[in-house]
Amino acid sequence: MNLSFLKGKALLLVSALTLFLAGCGTNELSTLRPAGEVGQEQFNLMVLSIIIMLLVIAVVTVLFTIAVMKSRRSKKGEDFEPEDVSGNHTLEVIWTSIPILLLIVLAVPTVYYVFKQADTEAMTDAEGNVNSEETVINVRAYQYWWEFEYPNEEVVTAQELVVPTDQKVYFNLQGTDVKHSFWVPAAGGKMDTNIDGINSFYLVFDDEASQEADRLFYGKCAELCGPSHALMDFKVKALPEEEYDQWLADMKAVEEPVQASSEDAQRGEEIFNNSCMGCHAATPTSPGAMGPNLTNFGDRDLIAGFLEHDQENLEAWIKDPESFKPDNKMAGTYELTDDEIQAVASYLMELKVEEGSGDVSQLREPAADEESEEGGN
Amino acid sequence: MSQATAKKNGVWATIWEYMTTVDHKKIAILYLIAGGFFFVLGGIEAMLIRIQLAVPNNDFLSAGLFNEVITMHGTTMIFLAAMPLLFAFMNATVPLQIGARDVAFPFLNSLGVWLFIFGGIFLNLSWFLGGAPDAGWTSYASLSIASPGHGVDFYALGLQVSGAGTLISGINFVTTIITMRAPGMTYMRMPLMTWTTLVAGVLIVFAFPPLTVGLFLLIFDRMFGSNFFIVEAGGNTIIWEHLFWIFGHPEVYILILPAFGIFSEIFSTFARKRLFGYSAMVFATVLIGFFGFMVWAHHMFTVGLGPTANAIFALATMAIAVPTGIKIFNWIFTIWGGSIEFTTPMLYALAFIPSFVMGGVTGIMQAVAPADYQYHDSYFIVAHFHYVIVGGVVFALLAGLHYYWPLMFATMLSEKLGKITFWLFFIGFHMTFLIQHFLGLWGMPRRVFTYLDGQGYNAANMISSLGAGLMALGVIVLVINIIITVAKNQKVGRDPWGDGRTLEWSLPLPVPYYNFAQIPLVRGLDAFWIEKKEGNGEMLPAESLDDFHMPNNSIIPFVMSLGLFVASFGALYFASGKEWAIDAVADLPVRPWAFWVLVIGLAITFISMITRSFKDDLGYYVTKEEVLRDLEEQERGAK
Amino acid sequence: MAEMKYNVPNEQWPEHPETATLEGKNKFVGFWTFLGGETVLFASLFATYLALKDSVPSSDHMLAADLFHLELAFVMTMLLLTSSLTSVYAVYHMRNNNFSKMQLWLAITVLLGAGFLALEIYEFYEYVHLGHTFRSSAFGSAFYILIGTHGFHVIIGLIWITGLIIRNATRGLSVYTAAKVNTAALYWHFIDVVWVFIFTIVYLLGVI
Repeated sequence: MNLSFLKGKALLLVSALTLFLAGCGTNELSTLRPAGEVGQEQFNLMVLSIIIMLLVIAVVTVLFTIAVMKSRRSKKGEDFEPEDVSGNHTLEVIWTSIPILLLIVLAVPTVYYVFKQADTEAMTDAEGNVNSEETVINVRAYQYWWEFEYPNEEVVTAQELVVPTDQKVYFNLQGTDVKHSFWVPAAGGKMDTNIDGINSFYLVFDDEASQEADRLFYGKCAELCGPSHALMDFKVKALPEEEYDQWLADMKAVEEPVQASSEDAQRGEEIFNNSCMGCHAATPTSPGAMGPNLTNFGDRDLIAGFLEHDQENLEAWIKDPESFKPDNKMAGTYELTDDEIQAVASYLMELKVEEGSGDVSQLREPAADEESEEGGN
Repeated sequence: MSQATAKKNGVWATIWEYMTTVDHKKIAILYLIAGGFFFVLGGIEAMLIRIQLAVPNNDFLSAGLFNEVITMHGTTMIFLAAMPLLFAFMNATVPLQIGARDVAFPFLNSLGVWLFIFGGIFLNLSWFLGGAPDAGWTSYASLSIASPGHGVDFYALGLQVSGAGTLISGINFVTTIITMRAPGMTYMRMPLMTWTTLVAGVLIVFAFPPLTVGLFLLIFDRMFGSNFFIVEAGGNTIIWEHLFWIFGHPEVYILILPAFGIFSEIFSTFARKRLFGYSAMVFATVLIGFFGFMVWAHHMFTVGLGPTANAIFALATMAIAVPTGIKIFNWIFTIWGGSIEFTTPMLYALAFIPSFVMGGVTGIMQAVAPADYQYHDSYFIVAHFHYVIVGGVVFALLAGLHYYWPLMFATMLSEKLGKITFWLFFIGFHMTFLIQHFLGLWGMPRRVFTYLDGQGYNAANMISSLGAGLMALGVIVLVINIIITVAKNQKVGRDPWGDGRTLEWSLPLPVPYYNFAQIPLVRGLDAFWIEKKEGNGEMLPAESLDDFHMPNNSIIPFVMSLGLFVASFGALYFASGKEWAIDAVADLPVRPWAFWVLVIGLAITFISMITRSFKDDLGYYVTKEEVLRDLEEQERGAK
Repeated sequence: MAEMKYNVPNEQWPEHPETATLEGKNKFVGFWTFLGGETVLFASLFATYLALKDSVPSSDHMLAADLFHLELAFVMTMLLLTSSLTSVYAVYHMRNNNFSKMQLWLAITVLLGAGFLALEIYEFYEYVHLGHTFRSSAFGSAFYILIGTHGFHVIIGLIWITGLIIRNATRGLSVYTAAKVNTAALYWHFIDVVWVFIFTIVYLLGVI
């Protein structure tokens, strides 16, 4: 029986190892495939701690196995009377001091990286305003969607975060209704979006790693925030700096909502303006709206953060959002016929920002003037 | 004696006896039955969770219902199953282990168990009265304030009532262990179970008040219109997180320390060897309890407390590994060179070491704060705390159930079925939770009601769910085992395991209601073992045979708890539909009777207290003649 | 069995009647343990108050400096401190087995405590009229829960000591009743100590 006990342990160990080797998860989602500096540092700390912990487990397992194997009553005989040992001073010292040493090895890099990764000084300039030289993004979390504001460029988008690669991207995080938590596993750890104040941190997205992930990372809400917490996903599009700048410039160039072209879409635009505009903007301004900004909806990769991006899904979503994302705030705020829904969906699918329409050189200059008004954000 | 009379007078007399009992052994049985019931309930909830998550995009449970189930699973398992079951074993053993005839406050002991039972019933009535709480067992303030309906109110009030019971029990055990020890039972001769109960008792006394305050803030916000967590009025939700975890982290040690105590007893009993490094074990226990209060913010690394706070709490958390490591090695060296008998309790104890070590090391990994930014609120955390709580506490509860069953019921659970349960549970446990570490690292957040296809989570979740099924099978076998054992009712006598070392095993089974005919004289650690070695076979008395004093039964604790149960309904519905109420309950129908229910409930409790205070409850005497009669009867039985 | 002989003749009256029996000892240890928990309870309330004391929804809400009158708080402090002293006298006479004087000093303690409570109710009444209520702001909530919890303790203490005076009137002094009186006195001192902290942290620091 004792043998089978050990066999069970061995089996577990082997299956654990196979699993470990078999999968580090997917490029766009796994913490084990870090896509940038922050994630890499955290991954290195994981590896360091796992090595130390495997060492501990090995020692315990060996001692434990020997103890069990050598001391079975079936082996020692029914009448064997073990000697009562009260303790051993040397042993006590050994197993107190060695763990302390191991912990020191772990503690030093821990403290170093805690401070390093909390350094967001570059976000603000000397006056305490948003530093226009850096990429700063204000994240607002809503039940159950995400708004992303680029304060330096005065651009607002939602659900699909666009970031430049190979540089630090700074985030200001805030929850609007309840607490959420902003997590892009591949890029690095999470941080909570409190409703009491603003948290700041930074992430880095390596260009190479971004290519491997098809430039699209998965983001998630990591703090229970209501029924649809599980579906509060978002995507992170990591673009090389030039493309990123062009995207911002294109977005900024949208001063009027994109014009509908097909007949269906034109009808949809009208319905949209009457029924949807109250919550959803189609221009990249006015942060803090009731619903996600839809300026570049047609360019996005998913509907509502998690549904495949096609007309059919969009219609189904508008028809009955509650069935997809329970407890979302959109359900029941409008009444549209199937026909109208189809028209609105056609319109939304046409909301694409024209590539190259914006002037990159203009991107940051006007923002600089208004910066003082904008405040620290 | 009571059992015989009870049978004559029928079932109702037995029920009445248990409703009014102040005997710690009967209270232990009450804790065991109620805690066992809630354990099965929490287990069913766990199975619902695993069924829902077995396949992607599952719609077995709706999103809202899923949140209710996870909230109730966590709350039930921690507050209504694990702690009461530990209290069952503490009550069953500690007074016997220190050579006392009862606890320091038998009346309060009864009050504690009834508060817990009524609190637990109240919490679970939420299922039938508009929906269970759905903000997680941590009920973070912003979500718990926003949560519509009365679910969270059931949580806050139910925990408040049962928490009061826990606090009372904690004070009771601390006092009992300080004042009621038999002659010769010095602190450094107390069995580890008693030591860990003492430290856990102290932790309860210092850890539960922050929860009480936190719950009151939540209750006042939700039911009486205050603004502690209402940000627009200046409130701050992070206060809840601090208060909750200042309670919540010591709570983990309140659970695990008595589990350590149970295992320490089992190791030395079934290895026939005294505990290795006894004083180091005691020291480590105290140290763990002490450190337990200085690490709460490691649950809040991602809240944004700043690098200084994170670094300090990271280091403090790592420090706890040292005393815990000491314990692990001492256990290994307790069995080292011993003579191990593979009984069911010993199997759990042996399985506990590697399982708990795995839970422990992932705990240290989380102390590395920057890495924890990744682990936090992911399935890695779910895996970690189930490894320590199931691999530590639940293993201890199952071990303790088999080990102490003869002490509590004078019968033995079937070893054969016990071992089947063990293997099903052990394999199922590792199957369920090992894989969850990886799910977390692959980016799966915890508390998600479903996950999408194509993220690589499917196979792992299926394995996890199958493992949970094995655990459920194990529990079913256990229930069958209990039913068979109770039906057979095959009595066993003194020291049924044959290797008992501590005072409780020196007593005849079933244990007389006064425990000790004569208070024993303790001559060292493992007092009963010493007497066995010296060839006495039983304890030497510390007093001559004489009349002694025992406390009276009382129905007042039951009525007092009932009063708070009634009052809770009043508080719960007080804010319904009121204009000043928070949005979550403002639209519900007004309940004009709520205020009066609150007043009546509190009045019942208050009048009970006054009655208790104005009556001189001096107890009664057990006469020398009766004790002598019992002793003769035992002699006859032994022959 | 010594512990059951509650009524002890005067010449055998122990120096510490409150812990002369096992029940008395249990009460003593148990109650100190309870006070340990109470300390943490009030510490949590103080922490909550300190975190929220400047948190109001808008600037036209009153804060501590606009509200508190040190004179009133000082008189309240004096009343409660004196009542603590009179409860010491009561315990002193209990140890000397002087029942009637013990009852007298307990009664005086109750009167002083009631005076404190009356002033506290008056204070709350004033604040509510000024618009500073439990529901007006987070500061208000934190203030009333801290002071109110203390006030609730005072009420419990008053009922407790009054109850003891009444129930013991017919029973006289024994080692059984002595333990009860001593526990109530311990509780009363604790309430007093908490108030000293409230006076310093809430009132003094609030006005400065």
